[in-house]
Amino acid sequence: MTPDLHLWLIPVLPLIGAAINGFVGRRLTRQAIVTVAIAFCGASFAMALYVALRFSGLAIPHLETLAPWIRAGSFQADFAFYVDQLSLVMLLVVTGVGLLIHIYSIGYMWEEGGFYRFFCYLNLFMFFMLTLVLASNYLLMFIGWEGVGLASYLLIGFWFTKDSAASAGKKAFIVNRIGDFGFLIALFLMIKHFGTLNFDRVFQFAASMSVENATAGLLTAIGLLLMVGAAGKSAQIPLYVWLPDAMEGPTPVSALIHAATMVTAGVYMIARSHVIFERAPTALMVVAIIGTLTALFAATIGIAQTDIKKVLAYSTISQLGYMFLACGVAAFSAGIFHLMTHAFFKGLLFLAAGSVIHAVGGEQDMRKMGGLWRKIPWTWATMLIATCAIAGIPGLSGFFSKDEILWRAYQASWAYWLVGVVTAFLTSFYMFRLMYMTFAGEYRGVTSDHSIVQEQAPARSRPSAAQAHHGIHESPRVMLIPLAILAFLSIVGGWIGVPGSLGGSNRFDRFLGPVFRATAPAVKPQHAAPGETAPPEQTTEGLESHTGRGTELAFTGISVFAALLGLYLARLLYLRRPALPERIAAALNGLYAAVANKYYVDELYATLFVHPVVEGSKHILWHGMDQGVIDATLDNSADATRHVSDSLRHMQSGNLRSYAGWVAAGAAVVIAYMVWTGTR
Amino acid sequence: MHSHILSIILFIPLAGALLLLFVPKDNKDAIRWIANIFALAGFLVSLPLVPWFWQQRFEPGFKFMEGGPNSWIPSIGAGYVLGIDGISFLLIMLTTLLGWVSILSSWTAIENRLKEYYVWFLVLQTGMLGVFMALDFFLFFVFWEAMLVPMYLLIGIWGGPRKLYAAIKFFLYTLFGSVLMLLAVLFLYFYNYHQTGEYTFSIQALYKTAPNIFHDPAYGVTYAILLFLAFFLAFAIKVPMFPFHTWLPDAHVEAPTAGSVILAGVLLKMGTYGFVRFSLPFFPDVAMHPKVRGWMITLSIIGIVYGALVSLMQKDMKKLVAYSSVSHLGFCTLGIFALNPAGLSGSVLQQINHGISTGALFLIVGILYERRHTREIAEYGGISNVMPVYATITMIMFLSSMGLPLLNGFVGEFTILQGTFIENWRWAAWAVTGVILAAAYLLWLYQRVFFGTITNPKNEKLHDLTPREILTFVPLIIMAFWIGLYPKPFFQILEQPVNQIVQTVRPGYPGTAGIVNASTSKGAPSTQVTVRLATEKPEGKQ
Repeated sequence: MTPDLHLWLIPVLPLIGAAINGFVGRRLTRQAIVTVAIAFCGASFAMALYVALRFSGLAIPHLETLAPWIRAGSFQADFAFYVDQLSLVMLLVVTGVGLLIHIYSIGYMWEEGGFYRFFCYLNLFMFFMLTLVLASNYLLMFIGWEGVGLASYLLIGFWFTKDSAASAGKKAFIVNRIGDFGFLIALFLMIKHFGTLNFDRVFQFAASMSVENATAGLLTAIGLLLMVGAAGKSAQIPLYVWLPDAMEGPTPVSALIHAATMVTAGVYMIARSHVIFERAPTALMVVAIIGTLTALFAATIGIAQTDIKKVLAYSTISQLGYMFLACGVAAFSAGIFHLMTHAFFKGLLFLAAGSVIHAVGGEQDMRKMGGLWRKIPWTWATMLIATCAIAGIPGLSGFFSKDEILWRAYQASWAYWLVGVVTAFLTSFYMFRLMYMTFAGEYRGVTSDHSIVQEQAPARSRPSAAQAHHGIHESPRVMLIPLAILAFLSIVGGWIGVPGSLGGSNRFDRFLGPVFRATAPAVKPQHAAPGETAPPEQTTEGLESHTGRGTELAFTGISVFAALLGLYLARLLYLRRPALPERIAAALNGLYAAVANKYYVDELYATLFVHPVVEGSKHILWHGMDQGVIDATLDNSADATRHVSDSLRHMQSGNLRSYAGWVAAGAAVVIAYMVWTGTR
Repeated sequence: MHSHILSIILFIPLAGALLLLFVPKDNKDAIRWIANIFALAGFLVSLPLVPWFWQQRFEPGFKFMEGGPNSWIPSIGAGYVLGIDGISFLLIMLTTLLGWVSILSSWTAIENRLKEYYVWFLVLQTGMLGVFMALDFFLFFVFWEAMLVPMYLLIGIWGGPRKLYAAIKFFLYTLFGSVLMLLAVLFLYFYNYHQTGEYTFSIQALYKTAPNIFHDPAYGVTYAILLFLAFFLAFAIKVPMFPFHTWLPDAHVEAPTAGSVILAGVLLKMGTYGFVRFSLPFFPDVAMHPKVRGWMITLSIIGIVYGALVSLMQKDMKKLVAYSSVSHLGFCTLGIFALNPAGLSGSVLQQINHGISTGALFLIVGILYERRHTREIAEYGGISNVMPVYATITMIMFLSSMGLPLLNGFVGEFTILQGTFIENWRWAAWAVTGVILAAAYLLWLYQRVFFGTITNPKNEKLHDLTPREILTFVPLIIMAFWIGLYPKPFFQILEQPVNQIVQTVRPGYPGTAGIVNASTSKGAPSTQVTVRLATEKPEGKQ
């Protein structure tokens, strides 16, 4: 008998924190607000650890039903929670990184107005994210899914007095809703054909179905629609446009929501639905292609960004592309592995970037930074670790997870691998470019205090005004400790998944094995469109021994080389010969402008979609149809009625002789009619 | 009490109106208090209905029946017959609640002709309740028309600058529809005599004979469709469905706040209620006629998308909310003509949800209007800075209106879309775009009104909500969360009447006959919608 873990407490605890701060936070002191927020988030983390400790004693998947929710006809969805290896990993990442970022936020947001509001939203986010992770059915997952979107909307627009922040929040929500279109239709399909949305039942049905090859069927449709939803949430082509704008939110929010947790929900959802995807090779291939393209596309944009957070935003999109690629080649555990290490090093990168921004008084433009490493050594050191991790420097967490993805991608198709390696090179380049521009060389900002106040930011939204007087300074300890912990995790986080070729045993893959392997289709996909021959996971170890460690090590060598090449190039361009980048940019004028302007995708969407909808609604529907056709017809017929009545009114003149005349005329008409009908 | 509860609920507002007639019109406080007490009393006496109804929620037929057929004007066969099922029960509870809320919200908003205002409002309340209770068509028609007059006066006297245009447009539009409906009813009345030899307006009697017209060689399909269309026109104008909706924005913009709340919250539901109560059971074969159904669905989807798109472009907050009603009611009619249990019960639930959310949205607009006397969106901006409580409540109700999970709108929309999807996935796919657009027009409105810095100096001194104003929102917010978190009781209340309607329209539709056990559905994958045995009552009587 498996014990009752009270799983519902894990999401509900932060909700209580959100409620307390939301209702009475306005009257509380900052210390009290922080205590509430951290206590409930911490309690949630403690619960997650408790679940992890009890995990080996559980029957997996472990299911706990709290209460019924919707019951209409035979369809039923409950408030029920579900733990298996996959959700446990997510649970620990979300609560752990979440708690660290909560702590960091104390320092970062201390000077801000709306302090209670910030922590209320942050706790609310934790509630929805944990609901998403622990849900035992797609509908409950969808609650979390929409809810994290709401929290993201509220937090992006936290500085709501700033118009760009308010617009960015709205954009994020609407673009996500477009993705939800796919998610919802997928849910309806499942209800219609499976009669349930519970994971265990859906997967049971799916597992009993055969692999859909060239004849795409139900599972392919569901997979593709889920993919649309995931692309919205995880910022993949073509729905990635909201994420860069989302950087308008406070930096801890970017770290928590737009790097470590929420944006990975799409990857989690696809991994969770692996039973469906494994039987829908077409859908898997689309996932892989979208992921690959996004990884490369976003990385190229990242090269030319000058805003430190924008670089990291495009980097996040690109890394999410890797995770999609992993899922797309049915290497789900590799995708989740990268999701986890990415949560560590990208969370760290954002927090460190926040620390930089904090130090230089709100400046985000890297062209106005430089030489900061002496002034903020802790931030520099931790950020360097994270950069090495994301770039894939051997020994650090990102190296192992990325290497695993690239190797599995190669097994599916060399094309995925090639794009992946090019992206790895670009990643290393733009990340070290960021490091050199920010920390190396001479300080290019204006040191005097008056100019540091950001023009586009509201004064109160930046922690700087007072600190600018004291010049650039290291962040307080409450911010540095989370940085240090994340730096530690960025180093060692990968060690649990060291692949066999490097002498490890990939414990992570084996841990997730029961989730992903038990249900893999018995029959391999028969034939394949290019790059679709994803081998089922059972064969992984066999492959390793057969194709030989040598090949895999050679590929590892290539990706390490790509990372070092990126490092070298960044060093050359941004440390040794800082004038060169501008000359290159000038030489590649058109191309550079396109990249710097993000390939004009926002403008394209505005022209193609937003503008037609807005103008069409206004001119064709509202003024044209509503006022022009419908109301005009009505008003005209009303007018016509009035005119007819008006003329008829004159019959009633009160004049006896005219009445006699009308009577005679009427009689004549009647007689004429009778005569006419009579003669026929 | 049991036997006369409906009459008591029905006439308490009217009693209040009569009492108000004897209060001197200068004694404004007394008028306010009496009106509010009667409105609250009207809500309170409807509360015992909840446990009583709950006990018999799975029993077939109408409950709390009062009066008998032909008891009122025996010579023409008109009777004072009241009775409710789950559908009318929910709508009645919504009416008594919104009636109280909107009268409470008028405390400071109405200053001139106070006495007449409250008198007419209470009369209106009785009229609306009567519509949902009447089981005799003559009685129904009396209430249906009777409530037109007070609404006309509320818009025409206490309305905005173009109040006369709006009031007359509203009146003529609705009257036009109901005249055709009256003709159709007379046809049914004589047809019933033809078949049974009895003159009666009893709705339950007409239920038995009206469906025969379709197969009657003397009349046949054409007549049945024409009769259906006569009813359709009356109800479609009331809902309003595209393209009969243009009275709505005008009426809403000109009506006083409380009038808008009632108009959107309750009056529009009479149209959808009419479809469910009359159109479907009277003409089941017409409703299933592919062409007719296709048109109904098409108009619903156009309403959803069109209403949302036009809403997006409005410069006047109230007009924006009014057009959003067109979109939301499109979901309701879509659910009705999905003609399966999920679609229908989702539709009725969404009608309740719309009453709660959109009622609250009109209250929200009214609060700004009372302070600034303008509804132009461009006049505002940065309101969050000065009215944080108001901004929070608005956000909650916006989220409820755009269908965010855990709030009421999601449950209704999801159930409707699910029911629609079972019939035809394309219908559902079109309708889902309305969900996307709802987020767009509401969040954009929110951004323009609440976010940013205060640019208009007139907004700097706005005071936040008073306790009375907060009180008007409290019941609505509670209901929004209740339905969002635990909609099961609502679905149980709707189960019996909805299944009965589906059974009438589509005999043999899986699960509606009340013999299929839900537990069997755990078997093989199935598209069937199975429903708990009506007599099983797993929850047990209380």
